[in-house]
Amino acid sequence: MDAVSSTDTVKEAALAAKKIRILIAKPGLDGHDRGAKVVAHALMEAGMEVVYTGLHQTVDQIVSTALQEDVDVIGLSIMSGAHIPIIEKLVKKAREAGIDDKMIVVGGVIPVRDIPRLKELGVRGVFPGGTPFAEIVSVIRENVERGQEEKWA
Amino acid sequence: MGVAKYTKDAKGQITDVTLQSGIHVKPFYGPEDLERVGFSYEKDLADPGVYPFTRAIHRQGYRSRAWTTRQYTGFGTSYETNERFKLMISHGQTGLNVAFDLPTQMGYDSDDPMAEGEVGRVGMAVDSLRDFEVAFKDINLAEIGSGLTINAVASIMLAMYQAVAEKYGYDAKVISATPQNDILKEMIGRGAWIFPVEPAVKLIGDTIEYSMTTMPRTNPVSVCGYHIRESGATPAQEIAYAILIANAYIDNVLLRGYDVDEFVGRFSFNLNVFGNIWEQVAKFRAARKLWARNLKEKYGVKKEANMFLRGLFGGGGFGLTKAQPENNIMRGAYYALSAALAGAQTIALCSYDEAYTIPTPHSAVISLRTLQLLMDEIGLRDTVDPLAGSYFIETLTKEMEGKIEEEMANIGKVGGIIPAVATGYIQKLVSRQAYAFEKGIQSGELLKVGVNIYTEGESKDVELHEYTGETAEKQIEELKRVKRERDQHETTRTLLDLEKATRAGKNVMPYLVDCCKAYATVGEMTRIFRDVYGEFKEPGFI
Repeated sequence: MDAVSSTDTVKEAALAAKKIRILIAKPGLDGHDRGAKVVAHALMEAGMEVVYTGLHQTVDQIVSTALQEDVDVIGLSIMSGAHIPIIEKLVKKAREAGIDDKMIVVGGVIPVRDIPRLKELGVRGVFPGGTPFAEIVSVIRENVERGQEEKWA
Repeated sequence: MGVAKYTKDAKGQITDVTLQSGIHVKPFYGPEDLERVGFSYEKDLADPGVYPFTRAIHRQGYRSRAWTTRQYTGFGTSYETNERFKLMISHGQTGLNVAFDLPTQMGYDSDDPMAEGEVGRVGMAVDSLRDFEVAFKDINLAEIGSGLTINAVASIMLAMYQAVAEKYGYDAKVISATPQNDILKEMIGRGAWIFPVEPAVKLIGDTIEYSMTTMPRTNPVSVCGYHIRESGATPAQEIAYAILIANAYIDNVLLRGYDVDEFVGRFSFNLNVFGNIWEQVAKFRAARKLWARNLKEKYGVKKEANMFLRGLFGGGGFGLTKAQPENNIMRGAYYALSAALAGAQTIALCSYDEAYTIPTPHSAVISLRTLQLLMDEIGLRDTVDPLAGSYFIETLTKEMEGKIEEEMANIGKVGGIIPAVATGYIQKLVSRQAYAFEKGIQSGELLKVGVNIYTEGESKDVELHEYTGETAEKQIEELKRVKRERDQHETTRTLLDLEKATRAGKNVMPYLVDCCKAYATVGEMTRIFRDVYGEFKEPGFI
């Protein structure tokens, strides 16, 4: 009993101390970044650490930034309609780089019909334009915490 | 409600209205308000066509000429775009506005690894003159003017337009192109920049200088408050920054030893229409006045026609919603109404499905019909500046003028528009405002129909424009064929000449025209600029 409760305390402390780090990335050539920046502001206000890649990033650049910055989450903002090929590539490259444990979320102009395919590819949160900040924050938080719990289990 | 802030008392009565630019609207207005703001008919308004042109730039307004309708069009290959151009013209559209795909906007050929997945997706793919030959086939370029929505490589696209026109037998002097060609706003919003500020502005100066004599009917720069507003700027900031950006381009050309009256009359503006209808009308009227005054007092412009703010007032993309997309048709109608009430020279609307997709032919024609209906059915051509003399509108126009001047002064305090863009000062400001706006929508403080009131649950997709990989395959095939068939010796020669001219700091336009005529590709020309100029480093926004 004692051992269990002490592990719980350590785990809780570790979870509380760790700020969620998220990479907000703009893959491809599209430069419409209002959405990415607005979400970055919201995540910072929710207490997360946000790393922003800037515009015109290749998938390789995004994976390497995620690795270097040791983020928990990779968030992509895509308005061009190219979300499925970009995510397919990202998932593949992340696996190759050994960081497929990072949670991937995507926002932007995402038609409803594409959401199942994105989920199938392993995207944990799909946030089309207008998704409430509270929903984005809670999906990220729950998924990251679940990931941490699994590490401790 | 909407884009203004409303305060209500316990009974639900409105006690205060604050517009986005920070102006409070009163329950009613009277002569005392005009007195309060120091309104004078001669100084502030004057007749239409008379300085400071607050009412209109032409005495007869839309009686002498209706506004040009110019829907943003382009997707896939030049073949598909040419078909859509002809469709829109057959439905009575009077101007073209070309949408380019992202690789073209960023200066990459369709076979470049950077272009993967993006060829022909959000606009027409252009690699060489061959694509323009197809896109503008059977279109009378002496009669119809073309907006070219491109910025970082606008110089290349303007050269290509001249090349295609000459190929089809038109004198460059009769054609009218309006490249967007406003790089400073790309650095604030939209993001299709390539080169650093200084060479990027120099390229714009080149197009203006070159157009003066070679393509005098061309409007070499269309200064876009539009995208700055889409990025989160208030209507007052939109106009303030647009005027300051235009001034930066004027300054570049003045340094070359020209008289301002030689070129400034061809400047045009692209301004946004979403928002509170009264604030929009006041914004356009105040903008016309301030631009004229800026030219007369700051630059000593002499010819009155050169002081006209000629504008495309349109779009309104940010105002459209994914929820209940058909509502966007009504929104478009009201946005167009505000543009028409305020004397736009050109109007274009975002189509109702644009929050999802490239417009279908059906939705594009609905936008066009919306404009035609206003023009021919509702009475917008009857009289010039119909809201003039309203105590409210005249007071608001004066107040808006004051707000715009305040915003211009704020940029002066940080050293001017170029440092304000290069250091990210404006980007930070507008992204914070965009965040505050979004919070207002999510908290219900700002109302948006279908989004936070009168909602209908889950949103459904509209009919989507289909994109397939075949577009890229076809385009790359065509590019290969062009490269195979062109006179490679001539292509190489023109590219080497372009490189020499670029390094020497000469006006690159004549060299670009030669390159285009020799079927050099957009990627080949841009690579030279990238090598010589380097790339813009994006400032942070937090």
